[in-house]
Amino acid sequence: MLSAAIMEKKANFGPPVGPPIPLSASNPHRLPSRVAREDEHVLVAAAKRGDASAFEELVSRYEGKIFRLTMNITRNREDAEDAMQDAFLKSYSHLKEFQEDSRFYTWLVRIAANEALMRLRKRRPNQFSLDEPIQGEDDLMPFEVEDWGPSPEQRFAQTEMREILSSVIDKLEPDYRVVFVLRDIEELSTEETAKTLGISIPAVKSRLLRARLKLRENLNRYFRQGTAN
Amino acid sequence: MNCKKVIREISNYLDGDLELSARQELERHLEHCDDCRMTVDQTKLTVEIFCDEEPVELPAEVKSRLHDALQRKIQDKGN
Repeated sequence: MLSAAIMEKKANFGPPVGPPIPLSASNPHRLPSRVAREDEHVLVAAAKRGDASAFEELVSRYEGKIFRLTMNITRNREDAEDAMQDAFLKSYSHLKEFQEDSRFYTWLVRIAANEALMRLRKRRPNQFSLDEPIQGEDDLMPFEVEDWGPSPEQRFAQTEMREILSSVIDKLEPDYRVVFVLRDIEELSTEETAKTLGISIPAVKSRLLRARLKLRENLNRYFRQGTAN
Repeated sequence: MNCKKVIREISNYLDGDLELSARQELERHLEHCDDCRMTVDQTKLTVEIFCDEEPVELPAEVKSRLHDALQRKIQDKGN
């Protein structure tokens, strides 16, 4: 469904021909999460009753995603591994405190994000701030806008694309990167992201906008037409 | 709505957080501004590409370390 939507939109790049095709504004990229499976609450309930194998199943299910999260936040392999491990151990220790007012995965993401942030702050003390400096908007305007051509993401092999994404997210300032990871990759709500990071909702929105624009700008040098392999 | 305002509202537009009148105004601008339309489309695609990235398979030694630590935790809790 996503691919079809992307393909449809890609056909509309370039000068408008005929009537303009409106972009869907109803949260178009928020697809139903592939993370939460129907049996998640059954496993959580069993784990709360002391069934260790149920918890191990939850770990096996989410370890790859949690590692990607901690890696995306810390950008340091060792810290990411430690943060992931500690997140699972903490979630096991505190499982009875999980009120089930959100998905287990969301709760786990918040624990893992905090573990990763703690390590990021330790390693780079001045690069993630809770302060919300007043930022002008003059720097928001895109520096380069070039046609990406059809299917830019299909022009690269999976490993190459992974390297590109890793490189562009690496260049993003931690303040922006963390918000982007929680909101767009992990699909936390604006409120959940604000609560996890201890910043205001306007700050989440402002950092998310900047993150998205900067990532687009950084991807431009790989995706603009004429740079295909 | 001018280009500057469109860029400022891209996130709200993509997240469906714009009021109807603002959304319509923004879409009217996109009808005749190629740069803004490309920027909106590419920003949306950027988010989609990152969302679609599959998690990396955990290296065997990392997985083993995690599961050993978990086993120890489970045993400690059981005692």
